[in-house]
Amino acid sequence: MFDAQPLSPPIAVSPEQESARPLFDRLHEWIVTVDHKRLGLMYFCYGIIFLIIGGIEASIMRAQLAVANNHLVSPQTFNRMFTMHGTTMIFFAAMPIVFGFANYFVPLMIGARDMAFPRLNAWSFWMSALGGIILYFSFIGGSGLFGAGSAPDVGWFAYAPLTSLAFSVGHSTDYWIIGILVSGFGSIGTALNVLTTILVMRCPGMTLNRMPLFPWMNSIMALLVLVALGPLTAAQAMLLIDRYLGGHFFDTQAGGSAVIWMHFFWIFGHPEVYILVLPAFAIVSEVIPVFSRKPIFGYSIMVAATVTIGFISLGVWAHHMFTVGMTSYANAFFVASTAAIAVPTGIKIFNWLGTMWGGKIRFRIPMLFCIAFLGQFLIAGLTGIMLSAAPFDWQLGNSYFVVAHFHYVILGGIVFAVFAGSYYWYPKVIGRMLDETLGKWHFWLFLIGFHLTFDFMHIPGLLGMPRRIYTYQPGRGWDIWNLIVSIGVIFQVAGVAIWALNVVWSYFKGKRAGKDPWDAWTLEWSTSSPPPDYNFATIPVAHSRRPLWDLKHPEDPDWKYE
Amino acid sequence: MHQHFKSSSSARVAAWGIVFIGATRVAAAGSVRAPQNIFSPVSTPATDIHHLSLLVLAICAAIFLVVFSLLVYVVVKYRRRAADDDREPPQIYGSNQVEIAWTVIPILIVVVLFLAAARVIHAVEDARFPPGTLEITAVGHQFWWEFRYPGYGFITANELHVPVSESGHPTPTHITLLSADVDHSFWVPMLAGKTDLIPNRRNEMWIDPHEIGTYLGQCAQYCGTEHAKMLLTVDVQSRGDFETWVQAQKAPAAVVNEVAAGRRVFETTACVNCHTIAGTGADGKFGPDLTHLMARKTIAAGAAENTEENLRLWVTSPDAIKPGALMPAMQLPKQDIDLLVAYLMSLH
Repeated sequence: MFDAQPLSPPIAVSPEQESARPLFDRLHEWIVTVDHKRLGLMYFCYGIIFLIIGGIEASIMRAQLAVANNHLVSPQTFNRMFTMHGTTMIFFAAMPIVFGFANYFVPLMIGARDMAFPRLNAWSFWMSALGGIILYFSFIGGSGLFGAGSAPDVGWFAYAPLTSLAFSVGHSTDYWIIGILVSGFGSIGTALNVLTTILVMRCPGMTLNRMPLFPWMNSIMALLVLVALGPLTAAQAMLLIDRYLGGHFFDTQAGGSAVIWMHFFWIFGHPEVYILVLPAFAIVSEVIPVFSRKPIFGYSIMVAATVTIGFISLGVWAHHMFTVGMTSYANAFFVASTAAIAVPTGIKIFNWLGTMWGGKIRFRIPMLFCIAFLGQFLIAGLTGIMLSAAPFDWQLGNSYFVVAHFHYVILGGIVFAVFAGSYYWYPKVIGRMLDETLGKWHFWLFLIGFHLTFDFMHIPGLLGMPRRIYTYQPGRGWDIWNLIVSIGVIFQVAGVAIWALNVVWSYFKGKRAGKDPWDAWTLEWSTSSPPPDYNFATIPVAHSRRPLWDLKHPEDPDWKYE
Repeated sequence: MHQHFKSSSSARVAAWGIVFIGATRVAAAGSVRAPQNIFSPVSTPATDIHHLSLLVLAICAAIFLVVFSLLVYVVVKYRRRAADDDREPPQIYGSNQVEIAWTVIPILIVVVLFLAAARVIHAVEDARFPPGTLEITAVGHQFWWEFRYPGYGFITANELHVPVSESGHPTPTHITLLSADVDHSFWVPMLAGKTDLIPNRRNEMWIDPHEIGTYLGQCAQYCGTEHAKMLLTVDVQSRGDFETWVQAQKAPAAVVNEVAAGRRVFETTACVNCHTIAGTGADGKFGPDLTHLMARKTIAAGAAENTEENLRLWVTSPDAIKPGALMPAMQLPKQDIDLLVAYLMSLH
C-alpha cells in the first residue's frame, strides 16, 4: 500500500568542494539565485539585520524613558526612533522573517522542488530589500535641500495631516512612503508565489486535507497580504499625490479627511497583525506535535479556525479608531467583530494544549519557546479582549497598556515562535544542531527580559501614561515602572546576543544533524540536511498528513485513520 | 530539564502576582501618587468605564486562571520521564465533542462582553444633557490647548475650569473638540476616556466631575515634536469658585501704569501676531490668549510652572523649556525682556 519513495539520496556538493570555489563566484551565485532555499535564507538574514537595527532603536527609547525628565536624546531624535522602530520591525524585520520561513519550508513540506515562480521570488526579495534601503537612506538624505539628513518622525501609522507638506517639510516622509511602497510590491509578489505554490505544487497524494498546518496557515497569510496590502499602497500613492501633485485626499485644510487615512491604514494594519501571527502559529503547529510525540489535535478544526481568523481579521480594523468619534453603532459593531476573533484564536490555543495532552513532552529548546509562546499569547489575547471593549479602550487606547499588549503579541507570540522555528529548522538548513546549553541561556535570559519589560509596561498605561512621549514629569507614578521596563531590555539584548553567537558558533562547530534529528514527520525531514538543489531526487508521495510517521510506523500508519 | 520548566511557570505566575499586587497598591494610593490613574474615576464616563473594566478584568482573570492552569498541568503531567520507554504515546487525532465545548463557551463569553460594552457605549455616546450643562469648545494646537467658553465670551488655555456636578443639581460639561492643525486627543483619565481632536471634524465628549480638585491629563495622540509636553489640567471648582473665576476671566486685562513700557514692547513686537490680550491691540490667534496669564499655574502647556524666572526663560529661549515648540525666540534686548516679563506678570 505504502510506497517507500520519499527518502531521496543526497546530491549536494561537499563543503570542501564548495569552499574551494572563488569567493566572488559564490557571492555572485547568491545575488542571482532563484532557489527558494537561498532566497528564504536571505529573507531571514535580512529580517534579522533589521531586527537588530530596530532593537537598537528600541533600546535608545528605553534608555531615554528609564527616568523622568531625561535629556539623553532630543525630542526629534526620540520621535524618529519610534517611527523607525515600528516601521522597521513590521515591514523590514517581521515580514521578511515570516516570508523567509514560508519560502524555505513551504516547498519542502509539500514535496515540491521550488516555488511556483522562482524568478518572481527573487524579484520580490530584492524589492523588499530595496524598500528597506530606501527607508534607511532617509537618515542621510531625508531632509534633502532643507538641511542635514533625518529619518521620518511621523509615527509608523503616519496619521494625516501630520504627513502633509505643511507639517512635514523635507523628504523624510517621502522616504517612508516610497520605502514601504516598494517593499509592498515585493510582499505582494511573495504572497502570490506562496499561494500559487501551495495550490499547484503539492506532491502526488498531498490533498489539501493532508497538507501540514504550516503551509495551510501560510496560505491564509498570503491571501491576507493580497487583500490587505493594496489599501496601504493606494493610500500611500494618494499621500504622495497630496504632497506633490496638489491633491487633497488627506489635506484637512482643503476639505480632505484625516479619518479616511486612518481607515485606509488600519484596513491594512489590522490584517497585518494576522499576516505576522499566522506564520508564527504555523511554526508552533509543527513544533508542538513533534515534541509532544502526537499528531496535531483537531487538524480540520485548526484549518477552519485559521480560515475564520483570516475572514474576521478583515472586519475589525476600526477597533484602532474607537477614540476618533465614530457613532455608537459603529463602535458596537467593531466591539462585536473584534471580540469574535477571540473564539477561533482560543480554539487554536485549546487545540495546541490538546496536542500536548497525553503526549510525552520533550523539553528541547524549540518546545521551551513554544510553551512560553502559549502562556504569553494567552495573556496577549486577554489584554486584547480588554481593549476590544470600546469604553475600556477609551482609557487604554494609545497608552502604554496598548504598547505592552501588542508587544506581547509580537514579541511574546511571534518572536518566541520565530526563535522556536530557528532552533527547530537550523539543523535542516545548516546541517548542524544549535547548541543546547547556549539555547537554554538564550531562552531564560530572553524570557526574563521579556517579562521584566512587557509585564511591567502595562502598569504605566493603566496610570495614564500615553505612548510616544519622549519624556515625562516625575510624580505621576510612572517612574519606577519605566525603570524596570528599561532594565528588562538589558536581558533581552543579552539573550539575542547569545542566540546570534549560537548561530555563528554552531555553523562551524555544531553537532552534525543528519536528515531527521527530531524524529519528525513532515517531508522536509526526508531529504538531506541541508537539502540538495531541487530538494528531492524523487518527488515524494504522501498518503497521510504525516508521511514520515507512516514510514517509521508501518504497523500503525496514519492513513488508516484519516 | 523538567525542573527548568516548572520553575519557568512558577516564575511567570510570580511575576504576574507582583504585577497585580503592584497595580492594586498603586490604585489604592490613588490620585496622590498616580494622578492619571484610570482606576480612580471621579466623573460618570470614567466611573462607567471603570465598572465595565472590572467586569472585563474579572472575566479575563478567570479565563487566564483556567487556561494557564491547564498549560501548567499538561506540561507537568505529560512531560517525558526518565523511566519512559521509547514507545510513542497513543496517537489521538481530535474529538468533536471537546471542540464543540471550547467553541461554544467562548462564544457565550463574547456575547456577554459585547452586551456589557454596548451598554456603556450607548450610555456615554448617546447621553442627553440637563439644562445646566456648560458648553465648552476645546481646540487642539501644536502643542497646547485652547479652551473657549462661548456662553461667557472668553478664551483661555491649557487649564480648563469647570464646576463640580452635584447629584441634586447636575452641571455636566459638554466639550466640543476641534483641531487647528493635526490630530490630538483629550485625555484626563480620572474624568473620562480619551476622544480625539481631528482637523476638519467635530467631535464631542462630556464630563460631570463629582469631586472638587485638579485633575491631570495630556495629549494622547502623537501630534509632532512636542507631543510629550502638551499637558493639561482640569480644575473642578465649587459653583461659587467657578463663578468667581468666570467673572475674572471675562474682565479685560488689568491696566497697570508701572508696566506701560513693557506693554509697549509687547504691542510693538511680533507677540501680537500670535497672542491676544483683551483690551489691548493684541488679537493674534495662533498662540494662547494671555489676557489672564497669571491666573494660570503653568506655562507652555504645563511644561513649566508659571514663575517670573520661567516666564523670562520662556520668552528668551522657548527651546530651553520645550524644544520644538512653535513659539520663536525673538532675540529681544535684555532691557526689553525685563519690561516684557514685568508686563506679563501684571496680567492677573
